[in-house]
Amino acid sequence: MNSLFPTSADFLRTLPVIILAIFGTLLMVLEPLTGDGKGEKPQLRWLAIIGLALAMAGAVVAYGDRGAAFNGMLMVDGFGIFFSVLVIGTGLLTVFCAQDYLVREGHENGEFYALLLFSIAGQCIMATANELIILFIGLEISSIASYVLAGFLRDDRRANESAIKYFLLGSFATAFLLYGVAWIYGLTGSTNLAVIQNSLAANPANPRLLAVAVALMFVGFAFKVSAAPFQIWAPDVYQGAPAPISAFLSAGPKAAAFAIFLRVFTTAFDASFEKWEPVFWVSALLTMIIGNFAALRQTNIKRLLAYSSIAHAGYVMVAVTSHSSVGTAAAMFYLASYAFVNVGAFAVVSYVAAKGEKHLNVDDFAGLAARQPLAALVMTIFFTSLIGVPLTAGFFGKFYIFKAALDAGMVWLTVLGLLNSAVAAYYYLRVIVVMYTHEPSAAVDNLEPASSSLQFGWVTAATATIVLGVLPSALLEFASRSAILR
Amino acid sequence: MNALNLLLLIPLVGFLICLLAPKENEGLARTLALGASVLALVVGLGMIGLVVAMPTGFHYQSDIVWITTPNIHYHVGVDGFSLWMVLLTALLTPLSILASWKSVKHNANLYYAFILLLEFGVLGVFVSLDLFLYYVFWEISIVPVLFLIGMWGTEKRSAAAVKFFLYTMTGSVLMLSGIIYLYTKTNTFDFTRLAALTQTLPAEARWLMFLAFFFAFAIKTPLFPLHTWLPDTYSAAPTPVTVLLAGVLSKMGTYSLLRFCIGLFPAEAQHAAPWVAALAVTSIIYGALVAIVQPNMKRLVAYSSISHLGFVVLGIFAFNRWGLDGAVYQMVNHGLSTGALFLLVWFLEDRRGSLEIADYGGVARVAPWLSTAFMVVALASIGLPMLGNFVGEFLILQGAAKASFPWAVFASLGVILSAVYMLWMYQRVFFGEIAESVSSYMPDLTLRECVVIGPLIVLLIWFGISTSGMLEPISAANAELLNRIEGPARVAVMK
Repeated sequence: MNSLFPTSADFLRTLPVIILAIFGTLLMVLEPLTGDGKGEKPQLRWLAIIGLALAMAGAVVAYGDRGAAFNGMLMVDGFGIFFSVLVIGTGLLTVFCAQDYLVREGHENGEFYALLLFSIAGQCIMATANELIILFIGLEISSIASYVLAGFLRDDRRANESAIKYFLLGSFATAFLLYGVAWIYGLTGSTNLAVIQNSLAANPANPRLLAVAVALMFVGFAFKVSAAPFQIWAPDVYQGAPAPISAFLSAGPKAAAFAIFLRVFTTAFDASFEKWEPVFWVSALLTMIIGNFAALRQTNIKRLLAYSSIAHAGYVMVAVTSHSSVGTAAAMFYLASYAFVNVGAFAVVSYVAAKGEKHLNVDDFAGLAARQPLAALVMTIFFTSLIGVPLTAGFFGKFYIFKAALDAGMVWLTVLGLLNSAVAAYYYLRVIVVMYTHEPSAAVDNLEPASSSLQFGWVTAATATIVLGVLPSALLEFASRSAILR
Repeated sequence: MNALNLLLLIPLVGFLICLLAPKENEGLARTLALGASVLALVVGLGMIGLVVAMPTGFHYQSDIVWITTPNIHYHVGVDGFSLWMVLLTALLTPLSILASWKSVKHNANLYYAFILLLEFGVLGVFVSLDLFLYYVFWEISIVPVLFLIGMWGTEKRSAAAVKFFLYTMTGSVLMLSGIIYLYTKTNTFDFTRLAALTQTLPAEARWLMFLAFFFAFAIKTPLFPLHTWLPDTYSAAPTPVTVLLAGVLSKMGTYSLLRFCIGLFPAEAQHAAPWVAALAVTSIIYGALVAIVQPNMKRLVAYSSISHLGFVVLGIFAFNRWGLDGAVYQMVNHGLSTGALFLLVWFLEDRRGSLEIADYGGVARVAPWLSTAFMVVALASIGLPMLGNFVGEFLILQGAAKASFPWAVFASLGVILSAVYMLWMYQRVFFGEIAESVSSYMPDLTLRECVVIGPLIVLLIWFGISTSGMLEPISAANAELLNRIEGPARVAVMK
């Protein structure tokens, strides 16, 4: 069964990654050959869009031929494909929403799109990784590209600060993860998730040693998903990074990180999960509380969204804690809906912030409804979804997560989590109220109309938010079918 | 299409049309909105015949699968209880639109769109037979209120809008956790099936769910001490919207108390009844005492509303047919009388731009018809015989007396106090020296205002004289409820 040479099925199943890598390289090669001298490079933008679209098609093709690839190092199953499509879709939306920003800052170039594609390729590997080393490689591909993207505006001090912080803390956390992998290898003699699962089931390892290994890996994962108490980097990074990048970071890499989190803890450490449940429980609750209560006090909209993304990571942690296929499906649905909402919300933020991201205060959104009704409307849809009002995707996301939690008998976590979401309503509402009830601010008065690409981006995101909120069945059923990992 | 679906569809379509109507053309938007809401009223009135003939059981049902996992249905229906709530909503909405006719200048299309969305949400709450659907409508009804207050309210509107939303949201997330829990244990959201299934759950779980539901409804009604959002919200909202808040939205709380708290957890409700009755009586007296000292008419009526809703809750938790019948009867009449009071306050405010009692005086001599209308409504609110509220409050007091005599005594105190604040306000506003501000410009009721206030006064008198038309179906629906819950409730009493 183990063959030295990859088979055609191996290539077919990794089609999205291959396409992304090819297009990423192509973008780098073509970068010096294009451009009109004014800092706009529409050819590369379209190349990136085509690459992402093809990668998504590739994922659909790969779904038709599911199974292990490269000697079981990758597991291309419904779960992996779901997350691959999710991160590729996030990338596509990001490209549409970033165009205005890049052109405005005079930084539209091949590097941006190439890095974006590489980062997504890494996330696709993470989503399908069935092996700790491959998982680590995927994580690094994704992370390194993300570090650079965070500091993409070379001359901007905030972006530099953000990138350095992200890099230092991120590599620190990755080191924890890698150390955990080493311990696991020492305990079980394998890095393959299925083998580890069987090995731990057959002859239980020394519980203390196993505890150290799992704890180390938990730290690494918790950092990547910004779960408490390892969430400290997120506000600084999301605030400093260019808004479209913050959008991407809070949706794509986070979803992929949750994918590996879920996969590792429902396969390799499945048997001993009960022991870890209190840790997850506390972490989920802390993440929700820290995120929501810190967000209450924010005046900078990017920082507000950063804390909100921590809080939402807390909700997904509730789903992880429930440790069931229902919970996994709920997390998948939640992350998908969250990706649309957050990319859309950050797109509106980058639009209002204007050149140099000058207008990031919540009060800068005053009167947006009077001047730019469409932008205010989509922002309201995104924020009501973040609050969790019915008929938006965010509501069903929360509903499924807390239903999974109650299925697992976690009554108090559910009640506390839902009360948290009532607290959260306050800071989202503040923005909505400011947009609709206040007189237009100077920032809003001087806004140019949004470009068609940006409008396409946020209208797509808003439509998806509503569609998933009214007819969630199809996506949830797909998630439920794919949520059984082994 | 069955009448009930049509009833829900009309405001929804009206909402979408108004949303897309041109912003500048206020005449078009308000005409569309009025047309839609009148059409809904006509459809609603058309349902009376069948429901009154057979008040028990749900009519005009439709049950369509909406979402498969979990098993969520679009399941709606009306019985002899919810029909009156539906009609109250369908009646007050066009009146509120007509009352706003001249006053909404900016973004008129949005204003009327949100009013229709509010109607859609509230109607949905009253007719949903699927708990999930019910929750969705419940939340839908909050969103337009946020915007109506935030965009067209008076000063401090942003804070009031946020306060209203957060209060309701806190209650509703607790209710949501109760609903989800119920589903995980019973695998259904269907109200008609849940009523029997809840009895199979462990007692502790039933208690927690009862409290979760009760908390949400107590905030919505509101019941002392969860009422603190109400005065700010009512006074910050544009007065025609306050009419809907007081007349209709507060009924969401009392309706749900009766239908869900009692209907699903009768034994727990029976156990909790003394405590709830204590809160209700506190609401009655506290609301009335605070109303007496209000210098502002709108706030005075707002506090009086808290007091009167205390009666409704007291009647529900008296747990006998007099109490229940009176509570439902009073819900309708409270909607009519409080709605009418806010409308009349609005007519004064519209003329003089002030809500302070001190700014008025001697209105009776300048505007006799307005004063007469106000008098009738004020007397109805106090509970004068031959007017609708008397019947409701009398039955409630009778029911409360059967349950526990002292409560009835304390509650009667509220009736006396209501005469104090209402008549004292009336005296200061309508009699005495003609205030300078009144003498300069105070026309009598216009034709449009007569059309707005007329139906409410006619109905208040009608329901005060001829009770059987509405009371019999209510009584039949309540008798069925009491019959169904008797078993569990008796067990509770024996314990």
